[in-house]
Amino acid sequence: MSILDRPSSSGISGGGVSRRQAWGLFWLLVAALVAWLVFAVWPDWLNAILISKKAFVSAILNGITLAGLYFLVASGFTLIFGLMRNVNLAHGSLYLLGAYIGYEVASRTGYWLLGVAAGFIVLAAIGVVMQVVVFRRLEGDDLRQTLVSIGISIVAADLMLAVWAGGTYQIAVPEWLDGAVTLPVITAVRSNGASVFLTYPFYRIAVLAAAIVIGIGLWLMLNKTRVGMMIRAGVDDRAMLSASGVNVHAVFAIVFAVGAGLAGFAGVVGGSALSVAPGEDIRYLLASLVVVIVGGMGSISGAAIGALLIGLAEQLGLVYFPTYGVVLTFIIMVVTLAIRPQGIMGKSR
Amino acid sequence: MTISLQSTPVATQPNWLDKIGAGHILLGIALVLYPLVASDFFLTQIGGYSLIFGMLGLSLMMLAGYGGMVSLAQITVAGIAAYCIAIFGDNNSHLLGFGWPWWIAAPVAILIAAIASSLIGWISVRTEGIYTIMITLAIATATFYFAQQNYAIFNGHSGYAGIRAPAFWGVNSRDPKAFYYLCLGFSVLAYAAILYGSRSTFGLTLQAIRDNPRRMRALGFNVTAHKVFAWFLAGIIGGLGGVLLVWFNGRVSPGTIGVDAAIDVLIIAVIGGLRHPIGPFLGALVVVLMQTFAIDLVGAERFNTLIGLVFLVIVFISPDGILGLWAKFKPNFSQESLRPGR
Repeated sequence: MSILDRPSSSGISGGGVSRRQAWGLFWLLVAALVAWLVFAVWPDWLNAILISKKAFVSAILNGITLAGLYFLVASGFTLIFGLMRNVNLAHGSLYLLGAYIGYEVASRTGYWLLGVAAGFIVLAAIGVVMQVVVFRRLEGDDLRQTLVSIGISIVAADLMLAVWAGGTYQIAVPEWLDGAVTLPVITAVRSNGASVFLTYPFYRIAVLAAAIVIGIGLWLMLNKTRVGMMIRAGVDDRAMLSASGVNVHAVFAIVFAVGAGLAGFAGVVGGSALSVAPGEDIRYLLASLVVVIVGGMGSISGAAIGALLIGLAEQLGLVYFPTYGVVLTFIIMVVTLAIRPQGIMGKSR
Repeated sequence: MTISLQSTPVATQPNWLDKIGAGHILLGIALVLYPLVASDFFLTQIGGYSLIFGMLGLSLMMLAGYGGMVSLAQITVAGIAAYCIAIFGDNNSHLLGFGWPWWIAAPVAILIAAIASSLIGWISVRTEGIYTIMITLAIATATFYFAQQNYAIFNGHSGYAGIRAPAFWGVNSRDPKAFYYLCLGFSVLAYAAILYGSRSTFGLTLQAIRDNPRRMRALGFNVTAHKVFAWFLAGIIGGLGGVLLVWFNGRVSPGTIGVDAAIDVLIIAVIGGLRHPIGPFLGALVVVLMQTFAIDLVGAERFNTLIGLVFLVIVFISPDGILGLWAKFKPNFSQESLRPGR
């Protein structure tokens, strides 16, 4: 295994381009192609193949914003799994509970930001309680931890159904985030020569921006702070970290708080962009599972790549082959498992 | 010297009654005589239903108990068989329905389910341990969404209805008694096959792989092939359960193979116990009884909370389920002198 996983830069052959340079060139070409697809006015044959430029670019944008939400949910899932080997199958329930709490707080106080904050804080507290009261007792027995998380998700789903019933809620987006913006992307040229620009909901762009900022924040926390150092060390070797005198239980509690809090945060944010209804928990659980399988456990960058792939696949699938869209997600998972069973950014052990 | 004179070891060949064991014989008699005392409701809704879900749990127990692979995709495998029965046989949903006779449709459906199960296994054995549960859950969820969205094959949200259990040899298996015996027959077959298989060369190899895959690989065993074959066998049992399930319900829809159902199968197997093939049947009986009668206690709405809590309690106090509880209390009932010293 270790021979196969050697960094690609070591494969320099005399004279030609190295493997790394070749890949760089490849990605540059892909980026150029995407940029051309987004910014150029499409010729007719391309419009004929891909329905219309508006549909295509909208699908891409929707995919990326959805990826932002998936990333928020899955990054917590992957950190918890990577550090504690705890497949927390109640993670989708945390998302949904966050959305309901955000809805209640936002609609009662009238302040959307308060709802977002409540979603984060309440779920972070619940996460700590779950870790300390439940999962710590079963440490080292990952199958039982997973079974317990399944039990929690069943009870949670049923109790949420009891409190909020089966209806669909929509969290109202504040005015300053509402409305649409015109993007510098020409979708078509009218016969009179005027260009038609793409408009897109401002809120979704804000969600994407928030996801990127949080992603960078997580990366900084993991790579530049002491706690982050402990978390990374714990992902690699938990026993060794404990032996070096770090209070691993405190680290576990912090990670669980951050992971659950992010799920709750994503719940409020996602509940404002889409809707809140029973069943959403399973949708986001599936997304988290696939993102972690594809991206590799315990890796934030892997979660970002996985979320991007799954978000794009879902939205493009929705536009181009509506009844077979899920198959695309499935294929991505199978291909990753076939080529790199440990995930794109995962470390083999 | 005296010892060799004293006893000439006779290889006592145990007769087949001893081999089966008194417990199994008593249980068998009770199950066969059950229709004499039970009403139609108890025969199908409790008896038949428990046996069907027991078989689904059994296919999971086989993978988890002997192979160390906890799968959440067993209901998916069963669902594939159920959909195949609807597609190859008759349904009244005006879609597909090739009208094959049951004796072709059922084996083909089970075979397709077993192949699908091997594929799921082949995907999931790329990784080890707890990953299996994640991958199989992802597959089960994706299949559920696919069945819900796709109208060409799965008939979307509504699925297929009007599937009838076959009548053969002059017996109408829609009749409660006949259907009960049908389920009982296949359950006993599957149970006996698992018991026999667990002591066969393959079964022992599989258990050895569960305990130490690296050593088995070093000894020259093809670990992947053994695991995938275990998935194939589990797929046969799961497919059989799926065929009986669709005959029982008369319909199959995405709800049949949803995440709730996938988790139900896991709950059944875990509550019963994953150590012995009788566990899933016990678990199924407990869950079905709860489903039927707990509604009077907590109301139909909050049933999932109850079952979830029971599941949590079982996982916390006895990881081996009811069988584990039994093993814990059994010494207290035995003769004083036989009790383990404490």
